[in-house]
Amino acid sequence: MSTTTQATSAAPFRTSAGGRIDRSRTLEFTFGGQTLSGHPGDTLASALLASGRHQVATSIKLGRPRGVGAAWAEDPSSLVQVEEPFPEPMLLASTVELYDGLVADGLPGQGRLADLADSARYDARHLHVDVLVVGAGPAGLQAALTASRAGARVALVDEQSEAGGALLGTGEEVDGGPAVAWVEAAVAELAADPEVTHLQRTTVFGVYDDGFALAVERRTDHLGLEAPEHLSRQRVWRVRSRRTVVATGAHERPVVFTDNDRPGTMLAGSARTFLHRYGVLAGERAVVFTTNDSAYLTATELADAGVDVTVVDTRAQVPPSWQVACASRGIVVRTGSVVSGTRGEQRVTHALVGPRPEGGVTAPGAAVADVVEREDLPCDLLLVSGGWNPAVHLYSQARGQLRFDEALGAFLPAQQLPDLAVAGSAAGTFDLPGCLRQGQEAALAALAGVGVEVGEPAPLPQTAAPAPVSAPDLMWVVPAVDGDTTRQFVDLQRDATVADVQRAVGAGLRSPEHVKRYTTIGTAHDQGKTSGIVTSGLLGELLGSGPQDVGTTTFRPPYTPVAFATLAGRSRGSLFDPERTTAVHDWHVAHGAQWEDVGQWKRPRHYPQAGEDMEAAVLRECAAVRGGVGILDGSTLGKIDVQGADAGELLDRLYTNLMSSLKVGRVRYGVMCGPDGMVLDDGVVLRLAQDRWMVMTTTGGAAKVLEWMEEWLQTEWPHLRVHLASVTEQWAAFPVVGPRSRDVVGAVFPGVDVSNDAFGFMTWQETTLDDVPVRLARISFSGELAWEVHVGSWYAAEVWERLVAAGQPYGITPYGTETMHVLRAEKGYPIIGQDTDGTVTPQDLGMNWVVSKKKADFVGKRSFARAENARPDRKQLVGLLPTDRETVLPEGSQVVDVAAGEELPAPPVPMVGHVTSSYRSAYLERPFALALLKGGRERVGETVVLPVAGRLVTAEVTSPVLVDPEGARRDG
Amino acid sequence: MQLIECPNCGPREEVEFSYGGQAHVPYPTEPTELSDEEWAHYVFFRDNTRGDLAERWCHSAGCRRWFNAVRDTVSYRFRAIYRLDEPKPVTS
Repeated sequence: MSTTTQATSAAPFRTSAGGRIDRSRTLEFTFGGQTLSGHPGDTLASALLASGRHQVATSIKLGRPRGVGAAWAEDPSSLVQVEEPFPEPMLLASTVELYDGLVADGLPGQGRLADLADSARYDARHLHVDVLVVGAGPAGLQAALTASRAGARVALVDEQSEAGGALLGTGEEVDGGPAVAWVEAAVAELAADPEVTHLQRTTVFGVYDDGFALAVERRTDHLGLEAPEHLSRQRVWRVRSRRTVVATGAHERPVVFTDNDRPGTMLAGSARTFLHRYGVLAGERAVVFTTNDSAYLTATELADAGVDVTVVDTRAQVPPSWQVACASRGIVVRTGSVVSGTRGEQRVTHALVGPRPEGGVTAPGAAVADVVEREDLPCDLLLVSGGWNPAVHLYSQARGQLRFDEALGAFLPAQQLPDLAVAGSAAGTFDLPGCLRQGQEAALAALAGVGVEVGEPAPLPQTAAPAPVSAPDLMWVVPAVDGDTTRQFVDLQRDATVADVQRAVGAGLRSPEHVKRYTTIGTAHDQGKTSGIVTSGLLGELLGSGPQDVGTTTFRPPYTPVAFATLAGRSRGSLFDPERTTAVHDWHVAHGAQWEDVGQWKRPRHYPQAGEDMEAAVLRECAAVRGGVGILDGSTLGKIDVQGADAGELLDRLYTNLMSSLKVGRVRYGVMCGPDGMVLDDGVVLRLAQDRWMVMTTTGGAAKVLEWMEEWLQTEWPHLRVHLASVTEQWAAFPVVGPRSRDVVGAVFPGVDVSNDAFGFMTWQETTLDDVPVRLARISFSGELAWEVHVGSWYAAEVWERLVAAGQPYGITPYGTETMHVLRAEKGYPIIGQDTDGTVTPQDLGMNWVVSKKKADFVGKRSFARAENARPDRKQLVGLLPTDRETVLPEGSQVVDVAAGEELPAPPVPMVGHVTSSYRSAYLERPFALALLKGGRERVGETVVLPVAGRLVTAEVTSPVLVDPEGARRDG
Repeated sequence: MQLIECPNCGPREEVEFSYGGQAHVPYPTEPTELSDEEWAHYVFFRDNTRGDLAERWCHSAGCRRWFNAVRDTVSYRFRAIYRLDEPKPVTS
């Protein structure tokens, strides 16, 4: 009895010798509050089983006890949360490598994300190879050896802790010795080839176009608390291969029966792996329920290890090749029988065995099978084998077609793809010599495909001839004896049962894709690795067809779950997106700037003084600019150097107004439109020389405008002799704005005559400051007297400091983007992208004056003549003054077609416009807004209504220019 | 992640490229002589081909040059890549 064994040893189910574990070292770990031990080489699952613990978790909906269902990633049930060293949810006990100090708990179907920041680092690497081999089992190893020996550049990627694949858990022989010795020699040979990249603990989770594959390497997870800090925890490998060999093996599949989820129930081959690889007996008294020969290996090897084994075979006869082996070990084989149910709570105690019933699963409501004679066989381990499914996930992701193989009862690759071949049990070849041969063949084909010369390949390793295989039976579900299918679990992770599939069919669903969504089968952590094929088979029975007619759901990446932190890699925090800062950034920081992110740029939004909120700071900054002088860091404005004999011609074709007539030394405002006539961007243009111009764009439009100009230049007018270059980062730009700006600029640049006569509005001049070239331009985005100071970025901080120092006598005030926005809005200057949305023409903005009547054509001109653009009810830019002189209309507020004083009618309420910009004005001493309003210019003077926060606000429609409409302030 | 063959730089990952819509839709020589409908066809209307379609592409994160390509809109395979001033190659 197990109780007596447990009393004598901490790991009573550990064999006395063998396995790939290091018995000389003991690791302590805690599971569910219980301190247990294991060895290096164990997984959490094997260590738990060694201690006799099968129940790991409880199920998500029904709370039923669940145990270890398999020895690797196909396990549908052993969900755990690792707590130490860092909380990580939704891992499988079967794939968590044991380390000293591991603390983990079973999960009730759902985990908990850590509530502290992950301190681990994640990374990515690129790899380019001739041949990518996925899987380091016999087929993959042979493929990698073949490619390496031919001199190709090879990547061999395998998800387990060591190479060998199935050979690690079978005890087979190669070249007259243990297979693992052959594996070790192969790994050593590959390690000696500098052209081979061999990655273990690395899962290829997706294959994409043109030989692109993504893999995640778990570098330090298995080290636990001893993980060195200098190593990234996991990293993504971005592999580009010319040919891919998929040798990913196969997953055993279960047969579904009533209460098939009790702990102690697992896939038969997994018990073999636990025995050979981990030195663990998964139980003492095993019932092996099988439809095929493969489980006899498990049965006989477990019997040899001292387990009391009974085989229940659905087939009428014991396979001849296994009769003697079973008889000599005293293994009772019950042929023509099934396990139709189980008993036990935390652990299976009995398998309910009876004769194999005729027929399959019936549609709901149909008569159920007669109750048949059953016998309750005592057991603590119930091993199930319904056959094997090739792991075709990567092949299928590469859009390879599948075909259903009746003999195997599995979907197989229908053909090799041009760039991707499947070998070994992933291709449905389950015997060792066949796997080795296919691995070599796949590699040879890949080498031929990439033009690598191959001589006579080395002979394949010697292996025993495979035992003759008797035809397998095909059974998806054992009909429920009492007709109750609600405890026949198809997808353990989702607690989805045969009853759910029956209900889906009853609801009229036919496609496995629909059944998947209806039942949630295959949508959990394991993505249906074992439940998908059973669903196809069951669906075929219910629909009276077969799996070949039903097909499978689509295989999508990732093959196994990948953490978002891993995918993000280093693109986190400040490295997520580049932050661009101006040459004066440090000054802004030192002066308490609050920031606004404009694209990638960090721009000061305002500079609050002690006790100020943004509104107070902006009112103060606005008043200072209109009353004295302010300075803005405008360095982020886009700047494009346009050079060449035809530069003026290009600008004429792209701007709505005439640019080529501009004289050197002068500045002109311009608007660009798309062919549809809608405004794209605006800004000023400086003519620097006969063949050279500086185009200024909005901060956000800089890259877009350069690309726009390049596109037209390259694709439509390649004959124009023009060169374009972005100089945004090379030039800093500082608007010095306000009635006292003349004093400040004059003081810093004494050699420049800053009088209106000598330095008129919309002109620029070149000067120097301590031999540093500086460009001054009379441009105003506020309506105030203003100069823009342009200087190379290298000297910008010094020039800024001098301007600020020279402004001290006049109380020069640094101001941010918020104040800039208020000042320009008071003058009715639109911000493209805020006051416009891609449906707004220059005419809508009231800028007929910027549209040339002289030019024969420019981009957008023809569209202005479209009937649509002449409609009187187009939305036009207007100003709005809330009549209560108090409400700051939220930007985005809708102007509704409701008369002032009336109630809001029932929806839909006709909407006639919307607020695009809205601020409190220091100059006007009241809030104001810009809005796009249908037929707005005709409505100036009217009162409109806007719902704001549950009440109706009235506002007067005005011209968009609310400050200094006559332009008197421009010249100071 | 598809590879696209830039005529100047060689095969590069698709994220380096930007799409420019259907190729061989030249800017009309005399827009003013077109009816509203004809102009609308230039501005708004493009083929919605199932199969090979001639397209404009720009290697925007590389050489920043535009080029033309014929691409199968079903398989996404590039069937031909050619210069802007070359005629559309016959691919099917």
